[in-house]
Amino acid sequence: MKLHRVTALILRHLYLYRRSLPRIMEIFYWPFLDLVIWGFITLYLARYQSEVPGFVTFFLGALILWDVLFRAQQGITITFLEELWARNLMNLFASPLKPSEFLAATMAMSVMKVTFVSIVLAGCALVFYSYNVLIIGVWLIPFVLNLVITGWIIGVLTTSLIMRFGQEAEVLAWSMVFLFQPISCVFYPMEVLPGWLKAIAWANPAAHIFEGMRGVLISGQAPFSNLVWAVGLNSVLLVGVVIWFYRTMAYCKDQGLLVRVGE
Amino acid sequence: MDRMSNSVLTVSKLTKRFGSFTAVDEVSFEIRPGEILGLLGPNGAGKTTTIQMLLGVVTPTSGSIEAFGLDLSTHREAVLQQINFSSTYIAMPQSLTVEENLWVVARLYGMSDIASRVDQIVKKLEMEEFRQKVTRKLSSGQMTRLTLAKALLTAPRLLFLDEPTASLDPDIACKIRSILKEERRSSGLSILYTSHNMREMEEMSDRIIFLQRGRLVAEGTAQAIVDRFGKADLEEVFLNLARESNVPSTP
Ligand SMILES: Nc1ncnc2c1ncn2[C@@H]1O[C@H](COP(=O)(O)OP(=O)(O)OP(=O)(O)O)[C@@H](O)[C@H]1O
Repeated sequence: MKLHRVTALILRHLYLYRRSLPRIMEIFYWPFLDLVIWGFITLYLARYQSEVPGFVTFFLGALILWDVLFRAQQGITITFLEELWARNLMNLFASPLKPSEFLAATMAMSVMKVTFVSIVLAGCALVFYSYNVLIIGVWLIPFVLNLVITGWIIGVLTTSLIMRFGQEAEVLAWSMVFLFQPISCVFYPMEVLPGWLKAIAWANPAAHIFEGMRGVLISGQAPFSNLVWAVGLNSVLLVGVVIWFYRTMAYCKDQGLLVRVGE
Repeated sequence: MDRMSNSVLTVSKLTKRFGSFTAVDEVSFEIRPGEILGLLGPNGAGKTTTIQMLLGVVTPTSGSIEAFGLDLSTHREAVLQQINFSSTYIAMPQSLTVEENLWVVARLYGMSDIASRVDQIVKKLEMEEFRQKVTRKLSSGQMTRLTLAKALLTAPRLLFLDEPTASLDPDIACKIRSILKEERRSSGLSILYTSHNMREMEEMSDRIIFLQRGRLVAEGTAQAIVDRFGKADLEEVFLNLARESNVPSTP
């Protein structure tokens, strides 16, 4: 892997943000709007705080952490879509750029987006709702890292599907992640799911993170087993989707789809 | 000197099938150092598919591509580092300025001293007045010059040009042709050139290969091809072969 090729792609995407209001809004405005809406809902529901202990803390915490996953996925998929919209895939893949370098650049973009969005959200939550996300403590670090990786997994999966099925599959960039939301148990514990869905949720690393978060916030218990599950599942699934991405790319090159995907 | 070491690109029995349709059928040719090889053929003859296989974005069904003595399928990175391409039909990112686009390409190919390299190429292709412009705002002729600048920027040894002068005014088109000839003279650049302008093809190409329905049907200097088909000029040969192409082949 050559660093200059990865940084070339990152530079190309940073140039994009330099003079594009809609793209900047995607980082700052929409997450902020999310927070405002959910913040008010939370404040309203907080009247029942006594019935559901730690409600505000885990609801806003869950919201911010869900956004980490969502932005991590978008970081990957939108970076690919930008190339597709710009009809730049041929320029990239006919250069010495390797698929691994392409993925590394999209992952770097994803980390940057997550960082900005998280800072904005955490700052706003503190200012408007006096909610400090650091209440989760040191566990926040492994939670965020794992959610970023789950976001990458969904992002690479979505990117492969768009590469394979073309621009009509573009809508997946925004909808795919919501397919995972019910089984991520973001706002409710896994135990409320019916048995068969619980089994599916168990295979989703994000569900273990959100379980862990609730554990820390409500009962103060250390989420070791949740983290072990999340790391294990993330590792296996990440390797799986990267292999799938390579296979999809080989298929697209064979069918002549790679250079036609944006047409 | 043996044949292999004297060629920059050696294509052997290159074939591409999409399902049961054969787009490129056992095509073999080579390009020598400093040579401009014209690739001619009517619409649908397989020119683009051939170039896409040479650039590694379409996988051949069979056959081999060897550039600079290296097999493309096993030495993709080393081969593509020394190749670039420009096509009227390929865009550059529209939201970036001309200069930003060139910087990204230079970094992608690991160029050193990028600032002076970009200056040089901008000057050479007379792009000074629009170097700070956002690519979306370029005229089609300026856009063509940008894609050409992108291709020359990385100092390739082999260049694939797909209709490089389409949409350029005659003055700029003439300048571009002389720049390409000068590059080939000064750095030994080899070029695979496609154009639908037969006069340009005759002027630019040392040799021409002619594709028809995916098959290589003629190869040689423009004059040799004209003589072989007993026509007055290359345009007549093209019309003749293109009209034959439009007659459906018998299964
Ligand atoms: N991905 C693909 N799947 C199926 N058929 C394809 C694909 N790509 C190209 N073809 C077919 O292969 C044939 C050759 O196409 P190609 O684009 O290489 O021709 P060309 O010589 O470049 O034509 P033009 O001058 O019109 O650009 C055409 O019949 C085309 O429809």
